[in-house]
Amino acid sequence: MAEIARPQTASTELVRRAITGRRIDIGSRLFEGLLLAALLAALLVLVVLVADVVSRGWVVYAERGMDFVTSGNSRNAADAGIGQALFGSLALMVLVALIAFPLGIGASIYLEEYARQTTFTRFITVNIRNLAGVPAIVYGLLGLAIFVIALQDLTGPDSNGRSIISGGLTLSVVVLPIVIITSSEALRAVPQSIREAALAVGATRWETVRSHVLPYAAPGILTGTILGMARAFGEAAPLIMVGGAASFVATGNANAWEQLFGSYMAMPTLIFNWAGLPNADFRALTAAGIMALLATILLVNGIAIVLRNRYSRRW
Amino acid sequence: MTESTRLTPEDLRGSAGRRRKEAIVRGLFFGAASVSVIISGLLILSLAGEAWNFLSQVDPDALRSDGWFPRRDMFDLATVVGGTLVIAGIGLAVAVPLGLGAAVYLAEYASPRLRGILKPLLEMLASVPSVVLGFFALVVISPTISQPACDVLFGSSPIFSMTAAGLAVGILITPLIASIAEDAMYAVPNSLREASYGLGAKKRTTSIRIVFPAAVSGIMAAIIVGASRAIGETMIVAMAAGGTGGSLFQLNPCQPGQTMTAAITALATGSDRVRGADLAYPSLFFVGIMLFVFTLVLNIISERFVRRVRLRY
Repeated sequence: MAEIARPQTASTELVRRAITGRRIDIGSRLFEGLLLAALLAALLVLVVLVADVVSRGWVVYAERGMDFVTSGNSRNAADAGIGQALFGSLALMVLVALIAFPLGIGASIYLEEYARQTTFTRFITVNIRNLAGVPAIVYGLLGLAIFVIALQDLTGPDSNGRSIISGGLTLSVVVLPIVIITSSEALRAVPQSIREAALAVGATRWETVRSHVLPYAAPGILTGTILGMARAFGEAAPLIMVGGAASFVATGNANAWEQLFGSYMAMPTLIFNWAGLPNADFRALTAAGIMALLATILLVNGIAIVLRNRYSRRW
Repeated sequence: MTESTRLTPEDLRGSAGRRRKEAIVRGLFFGAASVSVIISGLLILSLAGEAWNFLSQVDPDALRSDGWFPRRDMFDLATVVGGTLVIAGIGLAVAVPLGLGAAVYLAEYASPRLRGILKPLLEMLASVPSVVLGFFALVVISPTISQPACDVLFGSSPIFSMTAAGLAVGILITPLIASIAEDAMYAVPNSLREASYGLGAKKRTTSIRIVFPAAVSGIMAAIIVGASRAIGETMIVAMAAGGTGGSLFQLNPCQPGQTMTAAITALATGSDRVRGADLAYPSLFFVGIMLFVFTLVLNIISERFVRRVRLRY
C-alpha cells in the first residue's frame, strides 16, 4: 500500500506498528483452514461417491447401452436391466404429482390466504411441521396398514394391494408436508400490498389469489414441488413396506392401466435388491442403476436451484 | 344526487354466483388443509391399534431376551434401541463437527461468490438418496475405513457393521446440520459483529464468542433435527449394518447391529408377505410407534429452539 506522507511522531509510529504490524496470526489461519477442511471433506465425499459409482457402473453402459435401460429385471446379471423399475418410478411420480401437488398447494393456499389465526389453523400448521419430521419408514407402516391391507380391494385385489397405486399414495403422504411447507413459504414471500391492491378494486379472495398472488409465488412453489418430486424419486424405505421391492415382475400382456394395480418395482428398491445380492456381477449393475438414479435426481435438483436463483426476487 | 345512486353494503357484496364460487373454492382449500389432520389421525390409529395388539399378546419376557428375532418370538427392545443409539451417535460424531465447521465457514468466512458455489454443492450432497449412501457404505466406507479401523481396535472386521452404517448416516445428515446452523448464524445481525470488531476482536474471536453464542438456539435445533433424521434413517442401516435376519444385543460398534428402522424393513423384505409369524406383524407397528414418539419428541424440542431464535431477532 502506498505510504501517505504525514507528519509522524514517535508515538503515532508505535501505534501504527501495533495495529498493522506484520504479525501472522497462525491461530486464525488454522481456524479458517479447519472450517474450510470440514466443508471440503463433505464435498469430497460427494466427489468420491460419484467417481466410485461411475467407475463401477460405466462398463455396463459401455457394453449394453440402451439394452440395460430397457430390459426388465432378471436372475441373470447379463440380462437384468432397469426398464421395469423406470416404468414403476415414472408411474409413481405421475401419481405423486396428481395427488400430493394439488392437495399440498391447496392446503398452503388455505393456510396462508384464507385461514384466520384460530386454534384450529395453528393446530394444522404445527401438525404439518410434525408430519414433515416423521421418518419415511413410519409412513411405510401407514401405507401397509391402510392402502395395502385395509383398502386392498381398491388398490389392487390381484396383487394383495401391493400395487403402484398403493406406492403412489404412500409416497404422496411422504412428500405432502414438504410441498405444503415450501408452498407456504413461497406464498408468504408475496408482499401484502399486492393482495390489498387487488382486494381494493373489488376482487374476491380467490380472484386475488389466482390472478395476483399465485403468479408471483409460482416459481417458489414450482421449486418446492420439484424438490419434493426428487425426494420421492429416491425414496426406498416406504416403498419396501408397501410391496415396491418385488424382485420379479411379470407384466404379461397387461396394459398400462392394469399395471397400475399390479406388482411393481421402482428405481431405489431395485437398487436395494441388487445391492443385497451376493453375486459380484450385480455390483456393476447396482452402480449402473445408481448412475441413472443420481443423474436424474441431480439434474432435477440442478434445474430447481437454477429456477430459484433466476426467479427469486426481493421486494 | 338521487336516492337510487346511493351505495349500500348490499351492492358491494358482488353477485350471488361470484359468492357461491368463492365459497366452493374456499371449501376445496379447506378440505386440502384438513387432509393433513386426517393423515395424522390415520397414522396414530394404525400404529396404536397394532401396537396395542402386540403389547397385549406378547410375553413380557420376550421383550427382554438376548436379541431381536421376531420370527422366533424374541423381541428384545434393548437390542433395537441400543443399535439405533449407537448408529445415531456415530453419525452425529461425524456430522456435528463437519456440519458446524461448514456452517461457520459459509456464514462467516466465505465471500458471497464462493458461498453461491459451495451452498448448492452442499444441497446436491443433501439430495443423494439414502439407498445410494447405503451402497456407498457397503462398497467404499466399509472396506476402506471401518474394516481396517475395527481390525486395529478389536481384531474383528465384519463387512456389515454399525460403524460402516453410522459413518454413512453421518454423511447423510452433515448437509442438513450445516444448512440449518448456517441459516441461524446468517440471521445474526451484523451490528453484533461490528460491535465486536469495534472493540478490536479478531474474526475468529467474533465467530466463536459472538456469532456462535448468539445463534446457539438454531445450532442446537440443527443438531437435534440431525439426531432425529439419524434415528429415522432406514436404507443405510438396512444395507450396511447387517441386521437383516435379526441381531443379538450388541453395543460394540464394530459388530453388526439392528436399529428400529432396519427391524421394520427386515421383516418386510424377509418374506413375500409381511404377515409372518403371529406376533411379527404387530411388532412392526410397536417399533414404528416407538420410532414415531422418539422423532416427534426431538422435533418438538427443535421447534422450541427455532422459535427462540425467531423471537429474538
